[in-house]
Amino acid sequence: MASSSRAQGIAGTLAVLVGLILIWEAAVLFFAPPPILLPAPSAILAELWSSPRYFLRHAGFTLWTTLAGFGLSVVLGVALAVAMVASRWADRVITTILVVMNSLPKVALAPLFVIWMGTGAEPKIAIAVMLAIFSIVADVALGLRSVDPDALALARVHRATAWRILWKVRFPNALPALFVGMKVAISFALVGAIVGEFVGGSAGLGHVILIAQGQFDTVRVFAALFVLGVIGTLLFYLVEATERLALPWHVSQRNQHGVLAR
Amino acid sequence: MGLCIEVRDGGKTYASARGPVTALAHVGLEVREGEFLSLLGPSGCGKSTLLRAIAGLDPLTAGTITLRGAPITRPPERMGMVFQRDVLLDWRSIRDNVLLAAELQGLPRHAHEARAMALLERFGLGDFADRHPWELSGGMRQRAAICRALLCEPDILLMDEPFGALDAMTRDDLNLELSRIQQDGGRTVVFVTHSIAEAVYLSDRVAVMSTGPGRVVEVFDINLPRPRPLALRETPEFAVHVAAIRGLFSRLGIVKD
Repeated sequence: MASSSRAQGIAGTLAVLVGLILIWEAAVLFFAPPPILLPAPSAILAELWSSPRYFLRHAGFTLWTTLAGFGLSVVLGVALAVAMVASRWADRVITTILVVMNSLPKVALAPLFVIWMGTGAEPKIAIAVMLAIFSIVADVALGLRSVDPDALALARVHRATAWRILWKVRFPNALPALFVGMKVAISFALVGAIVGEFVGGSAGLGHVILIAQGQFDTVRVFAALFVLGVIGTLLFYLVEATERLALPWHVSQRNQHGVLAR
Repeated sequence: MGLCIEVRDGGKTYASARGPVTALAHVGLEVREGEFLSLLGPSGCGKSTLLRAIAGLDPLTAGTITLRGAPITRPPERMGMVFQRDVLLDWRSIRDNVLLAAELQGLPRHAHEARAMALLERFGLGDFADRHPWELSGGMRQRAAICRALLCEPDILLMDEPFGALDAMTRDDLNLELSRIQQDGGRTVVFVTHSIAEAVYLSDRVAVMSTGPGRVVEVFDINLPRPRPLALRETPEFAVHVAAIRGLFSRLGIVKD
């Protein structure tokens, strides 16, 4: 039941998307704007088709820096959240730093990272981490804290150490929040990677867009944007699919599993 | 029977926005080794506060609590506790929830698996060991919570209104089962309730508490023979005990005739 309604949802979404693209195609045919302003979807697909290796190579670079930035954000973010919950002092220090960091426009820091780290993958990954880590830390810290007080009392009755409480009670309790944070972070990591590529370097879809813009190659810009959209969407759904596998017990997942399907 | 837990001149004062609130004052209580003692009183009499202090969770602000002569400063070894809510963890199966008691203490899981299953069988949950808490009814969940408390063979079991949230029939079932496991002997139980009938049915002694501030007013001996079938509650002997306690509550102005 649940899976067939899911399939219907996906089919519906695809139908709407295809419909919009067809309208776009028809509008370009009908109004014939200069290709430098708005190319037709068919021209964008033809562009992708004409140099698949080029787009694949640059998409691969962007994907790698995005995933590296995302992975680092998760590892560092969870560690920081644990420290914040473990110590009031760490909580105050980390919260202050994160708030200051988050209130700075990180795009403005990007040139600095190029000076520090050069034009390779490192500054892209660093900017991706800067953008993505905030939501991980905030959500995981909340998840680690919002444990049922009785569950903590139960753990204390059984003389559990702080580490054991963290591992057996707090951390599983924070997993749903971690996934909420990860869904936000994966999109931010991609933004960070692109911002890094805009500022310096010679690879990635951001670089492709920058070069194509310089040559007024609008079709190529759109082709790169299309690939970016596909990457972003797939990454998001990948996190969501992982969530469904990891949290079959969570309230938000139960209906989809048909356990309590009503 | 020897003395297990002793509370002497116990007091508890909370700081609140409107000044200090006295939850307990001059509480005296003795719990004997191996007995089933109920703390019975209206809401707000501090019975849960007293139980949590005995558990070593929240210390008193005055007086002393000792366990076999030694002051209780943190949760003692070999103690189990059942809360009003079952506090089962959603991500663990029923079996794993029961085994949590061992895992939290850092005891090896495999050494307790057989006992966990035996307890679940005994409480009629054998077929539900691999289910998750949200697939079970409230009564079954609370049974699982009792299994968890009993896993590591505690010699002290603390129960904080464990059946308060259950319907009357499920409550009867669990009263009977609890009464049966008490038959095994060797375990001291302190049971918090606001039901006179439940306290009389389960207990060897009932400590009646009153409000303003919370204190133990009187301790009743319930010398009804065991095993106690549920039908015991319809006998004149049972009614005598209930009437005696109700009489005290009405003298205290807690219940009206």
